Amino acid sequence: MNWVALKMLMGDKAKYLGIVFGVSFAALLMAQQSAIFCGLMRNTTSQIRDIQGADLWVMDRNVQFVDDTKPLSENALYRVRGVEGVQWAVRLYKGLARARLDDGNFQQVILIGVDDATLTGAPAVEQGKLLHGKLEDLRRPDAVIMDEFGWRYLYGAEPFAPGKTIEMNDKRAVVVGLAKCNPTFQTFPILYCTYTQAVKYVPQERKTLTFVLAKAADGVTPEQLCERIEQQTGDLRALTDEQFFWTTIGYYLKRTGIPINFGITVALGFFVGCAIAGQTFYLFTIENLKQFGSLKAMGVSNPRLVRMIMLQALVVGTIGYGLGVGGAALFGYVFERVVTNAPPAFHFPWQVLALTAGAVCVIITASAAVSLRRVLFLEPAVVFR
Amino acid sequence: MTAQLMDKSVHSELRVPHSAIALRGVTKEFGTGDTKTVALADINIDLPYGELVLLVGPSGCGKTTLISVVAGLLDATRGEVEVLGENLTRMGNGRKVRFRGDNIGFVFQQYNLLPALTAAENACVPLLIAGWDRKKAVAKAKELLAAVGLKDRLNSYPNQLSGGQQQRVAIARALVHEPRLLVCDEPTAALDAHSGRTVMDLIRKVAVQPDRAVVVVTHDSRVYDFGDRIVSMADGRVESVQRTEDRAQETEGRVPH
Repeated sequence: MNWVALKMLMGDKAKYLGIVFGVSFAALLMAQQSAIFCGLMRNTTSQIRDIQGADLWVMDRNVQFVDDTKPLSENALYRVRGVEGVQWAVRLYKGLARARLDDGNFQQVILIGVDDATLTGAPAVEQGKLLHGKLEDLRRPDAVIMDEFGWRYLYGAEPFAPGKTIEMNDKRAVVVGLAKCNPTFQTFPILYCTYTQAVKYVPQERKTLTFVLAKAADGVTPEQLCERIEQQTGDLRALTDEQFFWTTIGYYLKRTGIPINFGITVALGFFVGCAIAGQTFYLFTIENLKQFGSLKAMGVSNPRLVRMIMLQALVVGTIGYGLGVGGAALFGYVFERVVTNAPPAFHFPWQVLALTAGAVCVIITASAAVSLRRVLFLEPAVVFR
Repeated sequence: MTAQLMDKSVHSELRVPHSAIALRGVTKEFGTGDTKTVALADINIDLPYGELVLLVGPSGCGKTTLISVVAGLLDATRGEVEVLGENLTRMGNGRKVRFRGDNIGFVFQQYNLLPALTAAENACVPLLIAGWDRKKAVAKAKELLAAVGLKDRLNSYPNQLSGGQQQRVAIARALVHEPRLLVCDEPTAALDAHSGRTVMDLIRKVAVQPDRAVVVVTHDSRVYDFGDRIVSMADGRVESVQRTEDRAQETEGRVPH
């Protein structure tokens, strides 16, 4: 009888396609919007993921997210180094600077000043993050390494060539390398330079240290070391990469309207999908009510009818889900390749697939339930009326 | 003929041993209180195997309700319903569904064929319900369709068939699982006179068997001569039960010479 159920479903092509469209539209909207949301949230943490080599970040205790820079005095570095269990600790500058381009235009840039001696915090060469140039070039006077999105944003399709100059705080900077960085939330170009150089590129302030990057000694976990640093220093906050990642995302979730706006779109997708799929499925059932009545009269039991209708729902749900999620993935793929001068905000983790699948399950179950109600309470004697 | 058909006035205490259908004091009411409608009122009737019985009467007289009760599609409010030796009144719903699937074939006024299935696929549905393998079921359905004259329309969809052809598919579907009771509801109502007679002729030839009962609800007087017996109903009651030849003689008697 499963075969009969499938023939019934696909026999009415208009309704069949209508239901599949409803489900796939809902799946597409939910998956695509959720993926953009995840992408945006992930972009807020790009620098945490890009700056590697250290186990933990030490910052002012009032810092709420990675872009929330609250300058520390230089002695914070020495206080951290003084904590037992710290293998090493280095400076990191992170802030925004105003860059003057060759054509006279101004552009906000994200400036990252890495430790002069060790270059900790610079793009990870071993992970292939440095596309052009050498990391050691950062030690040359006025040298900066730019990220590839920043290069495309500032210079378009022009191939990378070292020697481009920009000006920050009346100081000259020369682009000596190109780095592959994770897309940022602010979408500004990223410039890496040494810490000493970085503080020259921003207006003079009394305190310039933004973060201290630290490594835990053997036998001490990063979490334990964070606790020790906070206890011992009193006014500093220490977070592991993972903790800082979620703290930053938590800030954007709580303090911005992003989740609500995306949540509304996802909810709309869900409800529109429910409405289209539910209504079409219901109409399909109503139009076939006489046929279902005949099947009941001929000896098809209610549990069997439930299985038939659930199979129909499962088929349209699976096809709709596949098309919707496939469409969302295609969108991400095309988006990433077409819009090349802006960092993509599209991240498609398995959780988005699973949540979309869950929502599609709810949609088709709800649609089937409405139809099932009519079929289960259908008097088989209706066939004689 | 072991089975007997009796007038309500004479059979109240008698029990025909081999009736295909035996109804005792069957009443069916719809609604309650002021809205209560009595569709069947104290029906007592025995219908035999091996005959084609016509259930006739004006619209609203209870014919359809009666066959619904007989087919186990509706429960009687009161009374005993015995079909093919099984007491439907005491049968649970699940068993009743299985009983219908195993023993009853249905022919509906509007054919009720599944539009997405071909003639052969439609005709094999009762076998699929019974759990047959699809290929074997379709093969058997094709044999039966050939028997009802649709050998060249096996792969046609209902919308490609005429009304008469669709009804023939419905008859094949009703008989494919060899039921012991065939219930037909106005099988000729949607057909022209010629097609109607063809369909009734087919039912008569293919369906009537010594071990099978056939009940046909109709108000089409043109097909009365196909029945062995005619049960006339009015206002939810059985008014008369007559063998067709008796009825013909009566009619002849009224014709002025």
